[in-house]
Amino acid sequence: MALSGLDIYRLLPKTNCRECGFATCLVFAMQLAKKAVSIDKCPSLSKESRAALEASAQPPIKLVTLGIGEAKFEAGNESVMFRHEEKFHRPCGIGFIIEDSLSNVLIKDKIIKINKLKFERIGQKLEVNLVAIKQKESAKRFTEVVKLVADNTSLALVLMSDDLTGLKQALDITANRKPLIYHATKENLPQIAELAKDYNAALVATGEDLDAVSGLTVELNNLGISELILETGDKPIAEKIWDLTQMRRLALKKNNRSLGYPSLVVINQADPFEEAQEAASYIAKYAGIVLIKGVEPFEILPLVTLRQNIYSDPQKPLQIEPKLYPIGQVNDKSPVLVTTNFSLTYYTVLGEVEASKIPSYIVSVDTEGMSVLTAWAAEKFTPHKITESINKLGVKDAVKHKRLIIPGYVAVISGELEDESGFEIIVGPKEAAGIPSFLKNLPINT
Amino acid sequence: MAVQLMQEMWQGEISTVTIGAVKEEGGSRAYSIKIGGEQSLPCLFKEGAIPNKPEIAFEIWDIAPNDWPSELSKEYGHALNDPFLWAEKCVKEYKARSLCVRLQGAHPDSGDKGPGEEAAFIRQLLDKVNVPLIILGTGDDTKDNLLLPACSEAAKGERCLIGSAVQDNYKTIAVSLLADGHNIIAESPIDINIAKQLNILISDMGLPLERIVINPTIGALGYGLEYAYSIMERARLAALSGDKTVASPFVCFVGQEAWRAKEAKVEDSRQGVMWEVLTATALIQAGADLLVMRHPLAIEKVNKYIDKLCS
Ligand code: SF4
Repeated sequence: MALSGLDIYRLLPKTNCRECGFATCLVFAMQLAKKAVSIDKCPSLSKESRAALEASAQPPIKLVTLGIGEAKFEAGNESVMFRHEEKFHRPCGIGFIIEDSLSNVLIKDKIIKINKLKFERIGQKLEVNLVAIKQKESAKRFTEVVKLVADNTSLALVLMSDDLTGLKQALDITANRKPLIYHATKENLPQIAELAKDYNAALVATGEDLDAVSGLTVELNNLGISELILETGDKPIAEKIWDLTQMRRLALKKNNRSLGYPSLVVINQADPFEEAQEAASYIAKYAGIVLIKGVEPFEILPLVTLRQNIYSDPQKPLQIEPKLYPIGQVNDKSPVLVTTNFSLTYYTVLGEVEASKIPSYIVSVDTEGMSVLTAWAAEKFTPHKITESINKLGVKDAVKHKRLIIPGYVAVISGELEDESGFEIIVGPKEAAGIPSFLKNLPINT
Repeated sequence: MAVQLMQEMWQGEISTVTIGAVKEEGGSRAYSIKIGGEQSLPCLFKEGAIPNKPEIAFEIWDIAPNDWPSELSKEYGHALNDPFLWAEKCVKEYKARSLCVRLQGAHPDSGDKGPGEEAAFIRQLLDKVNVPLIILGTGDDTKDNLLLPACSEAAKGERCLIGSAVQDNYKTIAVSLLADGHNIIAESPIDINIAKQLNILISDMGLPLERIVINPTIGALGYGLEYAYSIMERARLAALSGDKTVASPFVCFVGQEAWRAKEAKVEDSRQGVMWEVLTATALIQAGADLLVMRHPLAIEKVNKYIDKLCS
C-alpha cells in the first residue's frame, strides 16, 4: 500500500539538514510520495524507516512468474477487492493435476486433451495455464512422469510432492522451465527452501490457516525466498473464501507483507460439476491459481469463459474496430446488417449470421463499445451516426442494393434513418437468435 | 504468528421477503420460503448473519416453450405440453421448493390468452401444487397491466412473488399486488440507479420495501454476466452500508439466459447444464437470493453447492 506524504514524513529524521537537496524533510517526504526522488538521497535514514519505505514501494501483492515463453504465466499485483473498483488484473491460472500412478498412455492422452483446451470468444484467446504432476509413487517414477509431461506440453509446470528426492530429480530436468514447487510446510521448511533456492524456483507455502501461512512466509523470507504462492489447508468452500478474502484484504488494506502473495487452491472433487462450481467460486473470489482434475471441454470452456468475464475491464467494454465486415462469400447483393462495435453484440450477431449460412455484411457502428440499447439511449446509435458510418465504411461501394437491416430494438429510428441515409430500412429481430430465420425469409429480390 | 484479521462491520441489512402463505396466514401453501436478510457479503458468515440460503425456483410455462433447445426440453418430455403435469413433475420428481410460472401464452405474439383464462389457470395451478409460486407476465406492458392484476386477484392471499414491474410500468401492478398481499419483482436494466429509483417509486405507492425483490437483469455466462455481477456487488455494498433503497433480495433468471447461449446448445448436453450451473454459481457469489432455473440436473447441482456453502 502506498504511503502518504505525511506517513513518510513520520519516518524521516525530521532534522531538515538539507542533505537531500530539499529545504525540509517534509518537502522531501512529499516528493517521495510522488515517487519523484529516491530514498537514497537521505543519508540519515534509520534502518527501520528504510525497510518500511522500501516495503511500501513494492506492490502489495507480489507478482510471481511461472513458466517460460508463450506459456509464461503471472499471478499477483492485484489492487482491489471488487472488480468495479478498478479491475482484476491477472486472470486466475487454471491448471490440471496428473498423478504419476496413471499409466503413460493415460497420461499422454490427458496431455493431448489439455493441449487442445484453447478457445476463442469475443475476439480473445482463452487458454489454460498449468500442468501439475503429483507424486504418488517412487521418486524415479515421479521424475519419469515429469519428463513425459514436460516433453509433451509447453504449459507451466507444478511439481507436487512431499518427497525431497523426487522433487530434486524433477527440478534437475525442469528448472529451466520456471516450475512451481508444491509445497513448503512447517515440516519440510529448511530443506525445501534450499531446493527452491538452488533451482531458483517459485514455491507454494501451505499452512493450516492464515497464522500458519504467514509464519511460513516470514521464515522463508528470512531464508531469502520471496517467489511465493500461498495456500491454506483443505476446508469447506465458505471457509476457503474467507481465507482468500482475508489474504487479499490484509495485503491491500493493511500492507501485511507476509500475506502479500498470490494464492493457490487445490480442488478435490470427482464430479465435474462440483469441481467446476468450486473452481468458479475461487476464480471469482481472489484465487491466483486453481488446480483441478477435469480436462473435458464441457467443463473447461465454461470455466475459462467465467474467468474472462470476471477479469474483463469494467471501465473499458471490449470493442471491435468499426468496419464493414464481409461474412462468407459475399457479393454486391448480400444483405447488410447494422450493429454496434461492442464486442459482445458484434460476436453474437456474427455467430448467428454464420449459422444462417447466408453471406452477409455486418456494419459495426462506432458506439464506443456500447450495446444497441445503451448506445441508442446515449445517442451513439442515432440515424445520424449510423449514416455517417455507412458512408465512411464504404457500404455503397460494397453493395448495389440500398437496404439496411437494423436491430429490432431500435425500430423507432427507421423513418429518420431512411430519410437521412437514403437506404430502405428493414427492421430485423430484437434478439440475435432470430437472425438465421430472419435472413432465410428475407425476400431475395435484388 | 497471529494474524490480525480485518473484519468489516456493516450497519445495513437486506430485507427479508417471504414467498408463499400457509393456511394460518390465509394461503394454501404447504410452507413458505424466505429470501434475503443478509447482514454480510456472500459466504462471509463471520462478518454478519446470513440467515437464509439462496433458493431455486423451477421455471415452468403455461404453454409448451418453442424456443427451448432440445438438450433442455428433452428432460421434461411431453410434460411440457401440460403445465399441471409439468408442475407436478417438478415438485414430485425433482423436489422443487418453489415454482416460477411464466405466462408466455398470454403474449400477443404467442397465443394472446386473455387475463381471465390465465387467472383461472393460476388458481388451478395453486390448487394442484402447494409450493410457493412466482408468477411472471409477458413483458408486454399493455398486456401485463391487464394480465397481472387478474392473476394477482386469483392468487389473493397466497403471497406470491409477481412481476415484472419496470420503471415505465409499475403502478397498476403495484396497486394490485398491494391489495392482494403479494410481493413484487422490480426489474431494472443492469442499472443500480434505476433499481433504486424503482424501489422508491414502488414503496411510495404503499408496497413496503420488505415486499420488493430486485431483478437486476442478468446476462448469461459469456453474455454480459460480469455487468450484473458488478451491479449486484455494488448494490450489496451500498445496502450493507445502510442504503435501504437497494436493500432488497435479488432474483436472477438464470435458466432463461443460460439456455440462450450458443455454447449451451451443443451436442455434449453436459455443456448446457454446466453453462446454467456456472451462471448460477457466479451470481450466488455476487449475492443472488432467488435463482429461477430450468434444467433439473443443473438445479440439483446448484442446490448441492448451496448446501455445501451454507453447511
Ligand atoms: S536529508 Fe533526510 S534528514 Fe535531511 S532534510 Fe532531507 S529528508 Fe530530512
